[in-house]
Order: sequence, then structure tokens, then C-alpha cells
Amino acid sequence: MSDTAQAGMLEPHAWGGLSFQERMATAEFRIHHTPHIVVDGTVCADCSTRECVVACPASLFVPTAEGGIVFNHEQCFECGTCYIVCNREGAISWNYPEGGHGIVFRRT
Amino acid sequence: MTDVDVIVVGAGPAGSCAAITAARAGLDVVLIERGPFPGSKNMYGGVVYPRILDDLIPNWWEEAPVQRWVTRRSTMLLTPTQALTVDFRSEAWGAPPYNGATAYRPDWDHWLAGHAEAAGAQLITSTTVKSLIRNQSGAVVGVRTDRPDGDLTAKVVIACDGVNSFLAKEAGLYEHTDAKHYTLGVKETLALPKEVIDERFGVRDRHGVDIEILGGTGGVNGGGFLYTNLDTLAVGVVLKLPALAAQKARPEDIIAGLKRHPAIAPLVQDGELKEYSAHLIPEAGLEMMPRMVMPGMLVAGDAAALCLAAGIWLEGVNFAMASGMYAGEAAAEAIRADDLGTAGLGGYQRRLSDTFVLKDHRKLRRAPKLVLSDRVQHLYPGMVAGVAERMFRVDNPHPKPGLRRILNQERKRAGVRRRDLLRDGWNGFRSFG
Ligand SMILES: Cc1cc2nc3c(=O)[nH]c(=O)nc-3n(C[C@H](O)[C@H](O)[C@H](O)COP(=O)(O)OP(=O)(O)OC[C@H]3O[C@@H](n4cnc5c(N)ncnc54)[C@H](O)[C@@H]3O)c2cc1C
Ligand code: SF4
Ligand code: SF4
Repeated sequence: MSDTAQAGMLEPHAWGGLSFQERMATAEFRIHHTPHIVVDGTVCADCSTRECVVACPASLFVPTAEGGIVFNHEQCFECGTCYIVCNREGAISWNYPEGGHGIVFRRT
Repeated sequence: MTDVDVIVVGAGPAGSCAAITAARAGLDVVLIERGPFPGSKNMYGGVVYPRILDDLIPNWWEEAPVQRWVTRRSTMLLTPTQALTVDFRSEAWGAPPYNGATAYRPDWDHWLAGHAEAAGAQLITSTTVKSLIRNQSGAVVGVRTDRPDGDLTAKVVIACDGVNSFLAKEAGLYEHTDAKHYTLGVKETLALPKEVIDERFGVRDRHGVDIEILGGTGGVNGGGFLYTNLDTLAVGVVLKLPALAAQKARPEDIIAGLKRHPAIAPLVQDGELKEYSAHLIPEAGLEMMPRMVMPGMLVAGDAAALCLAAGIWLEGVNFAMASGMYAGEAAAEAIRADDLGTAGLGGYQRRLSDTFVLKDHRKLRRAPKLVLSDRVQHLYPGMVAGVAERMFRVDNPHPKPGLRRILNQERKRAGVRRRDLLRDGWNGFRSFG
């Protein structure tokens, strides 16, 4: 289990004067209320490797004090890293968001 | 009767080029994109090599949304405290017909999709393709979208849906996929005044710099990049997925480490974060490529793992544009011949095989694995930088040691066995030769 990742989650470690929240705020997300990714916490409860926690570039997989995982889909890059690194069947059900929603990289 | 002749899924570089060639062949083409506009979902490092557009869009350089023309290309080898750079400049690359250019993908993809529309293709945005529609014999005959009444049928579907290609996977065209075939790219776009960028990077006007970096990813196998846009820098890292998960290092911390490196820090200093972004790269080349032709469907671009990621080269957009073009042409050919099976659509595979698309992949087939191997990643940068440091350090009153002696000592100090070095050297020669 990654202590640094966990610490980073709970108290945003500011390097370069920027918290993780501020970093994520630079990207635009058109949020759809229906989550496009659903994580089955019962599968995660038995997972000791927790690849998703380290690898998700948006840091959306957060370990809980009770040993589970909470996931929030709202600031997702839709990159696919999580379902590829997680090798536990059924933990993640992954789809693209409804058309027009989710991450929007900006035009100049 | 089908609704249209050709459905292209995904308005990235592959999809827009497929739509251009298919529409110009007189076909009725629909180009479906899940983002609110083409390019809105797409990020990359930052350099396109558009030579392949010369015929498709003559004088493309007069209209393409280019940030800077790359006239300086560096390859940098980093250890925690050292840097060895090979730096090449060419004035020729700063004038027509140019070579490479930095560009933002939302601009670039939007521009290319405009050409698809101008050719007569119908662009439908904010629409996600959910699955394929297939007939009893398994041939693809259309797609199901997330729009109400969103089924659409076609003679040929061209899947240009990017690295995760759920369409190619649904059709069973990938034999297997494995985390080790992918790298995660994360990038920061940093704002700096144009004059500051010009001065720091030693360029003028619209000239720009492409720096590829080996080492500097904090123990995670991968690489880094630093590119100049007009008034921003793109700095990022590309990380092998299993290594990232195993090392327990967060992507943004690895970028921060790269930005703190003594050779990089002065270049990026005071850059204000404008956008943080992430995307996967299909990294393994031939080792992971799916079948690209099946009855009623062709697969192009990253969806077919055609991105070339071989250390000093990271080229995906040109491979996507070319494969898309060829897919559109082959679809038109098959429809004319009224043969939508693998034979009728086989012109696609032939075009890929006869051009740089598969020729480069075959030539460089050993390169991705070699470049991401542990020795190249963790031992050689230290060894090579060590040799350079000894060559240039003046140790008076000691006389200068001979190169052979330095090489041998630095090899041992880095913990590299002679026979591994010889084998990798030979492999490298065969990979890139
Ligand atoms: C960090 C990084 C750095 C890179 N650097 C470079 C570089 O410097 N130079 C270079 O040439 N290449 C680079 N690449 C590679 C390059 O980005 C890709 O190879 C290229 O974008 C592939 O183009 P494509 O059209 O095949 O796919 P994409 O550009 O991924 O386009 C796919 C499109 O399909 C859409 N789509 C996907 N699924 C659906 C669906 N179900 N329904 C509707 N629409 C859908 C997407 O929204 C997207 O617009 C880099 C990649 C990364 C990640
Ligand atoms: S999503 Fe997968 S890797 Fe992450 S905690 Fe759950 S089971 Fe483990
Ligand atoms: S798709 Fe990417 S950004 Fe979204 S949750 Fe998965 S790893 Fe994180």
C-alpha cells in the first residue's frame, strides 16, 4: 500500500505551490451525473496490491480507513489505465461517458 | 439497403483522414465522435510529422494550426545529477515543405475534421458508439450509438476509436491485451512568454525544439519529453504501466521530479500550469497489433496499435493519418467491387504492408522492448554519463586515461556485464540499423 499516495490524497501535498486539486482544476470536465466507471468495493476489499491507487493519473481511487476503496468518476481523463492495471475480475466496469460529457481538452 | 456507405468511428487523425479519402471517392460517409468537438478527448506530447498529407491537403503548412516548426531536435540522457545531450539543428526544417511541427491536438484534430466535412463527410459529435451491429454470419453491418434511435447501418465501418478500441476488442480482433503493452503519458502544459521560450531554447520566430529524454522518470521504466509551443511548454513523462504500479510512484510526482532535474529546471522555471492531462499509448508495436480487417470492418490508428513508440521516436499521429487514409481508400475499393469480405477489403492490409506504416514497425520491431528494458532504463544512462564525465574531467596531475580504460571502469561501476553490453549493443544495432 502506498503511503505517499494515501498521504497525498488526505492532505494535498503542495509542491511547486500547487495542490492536486488545483492541478486537476486546470482541466475541464463536463460532468454527467451517471458514473461511466463503477468500482465494486467488495472486490477491492480483498485487494492488497491496489495498482489503481498509484496509477490513476487523476487520483480517483481513494483507500478508506476501513480498508475499502472509494471512487468518484467526475474528474476522469477516460484514459483506461485503471481497468488495464487492475487484474481482479469484476472490480471495475468501465465505459465511456455519454457523448459530449467528460474530459474536454481546450482549443486555443 | 444501408443508411450510409461508410461509418467512421472517432474523429482523431485516423478517423478524419479515413473520412476524407472515403468521401472524396464519392461515398456517403458519417464520422462519429464522442467528444463535443473533434480533438476534445485527445492529448499527446506535441510533435506532428505531416509529410503524409502532401497529396491529401496540398500546401497543408499554409493553413495547419501549427505552434512552432521543429528545427532543433535533442535527445537527452539523464542521471539524477548528470545530463548528456545530442542536439541537432536544421534550418531547412524551418521552411517549406517543413518536417515536424508542434501543435495542440484540439486544434489539429478540429482542423483535419474540417477537411473531412469539406470533402462531404457528415460529422456527428457528442455521440458515443456503444457497440457493433453484426449480421448472422458475424460481419459488421453498423453501429449502435447512445442517441435515441441511435442505430446506424453501413457497408463498411472503420474503427478509429483510439488506444482503448472497444470496437476492435468486441470484434475479437485482439488476441490478448496485457498491461505491459501500454504506457501512460502524463503532461503539463506550462505558460511562459514567447520571448522567454525563444531565449531559453535558443530559437527565433516560429522555430521550436523537440527534446526526448531517457532517464529522469524516477526509477519507473519510461521516458520524458519537453516541447516548445508558441507561448507554452509541454513537459511530460511516458510510464510503463506495470512498472508504475509496482514502483508505487504517482505520475504527477514523476513529472515533478523531471522538472526539478538540474538540466530541466532552468528551462521550465516559472512556467504556470495551464493544463494537466493524461492518455494511454499502445507501446508494443507488432507484438500487440490486432487483426485489422474483418468482414465489414477495418481498424486504423491507435485502435490497431499502429503508434510507433521506439525510444528516440514517438510517432503516432502520422501513422494514424496514413492508416486512416488507406482504410478510406480500401473501403471505397471494396464497395465499388461489391465485396465487403476480407478479400474485398484486403487492399487495406496491402497498403499498410507496402508503406512506412508496417515497414517502420517491422524494421523497429525490437526497439520498444529494448528501450524499455531494465538495463537501458536503469544502468546504461549512468554508464554513458559516467564515461562522458571522465572524458571531460581534468584530473591533473593525473594524465588523461584512455577511452578503453574509462569504458571498462564505468561499465563495472554501473554493474553492467560485458556480455550483456555486447548483446544489447548488437540488438540495438539490429533494432535501429
Ligand atoms: C503522452 C503522449 C505523447 C504522444 N506524443 C506524440 C507525438 O509527439 N507525436 C505523435 O505523432 N504521436 C504522439 N503520440 C501518439 C498519438 O497521440 C496517437 O498515436 C494518435 O493520437 C492516434 O490517433 P488516432 O486517430 O488513431 O486515435 P485518437 O487520437 O485517440 O482518436 C480517437 C478518437 O475516437 C474517439 N472515440 C473513441 N471511442 C469512441 C466511441 N466509442 N464513439 C465515438 N468516438 C469515439 C475519441 O474521442 C477520439 O477523438 C503521443 C501519445 C501520448 C499519449
Ligand atoms: S480497482 Fe482493482 S486494483 Fe484497484 S483496489 Fe480494486 S481490485 Fe485492487
Ligand atoms: S480512466 Fe484514467 S483517469 Fe479515469 S479513473 Fe481510470 S485511470 Fe483514472
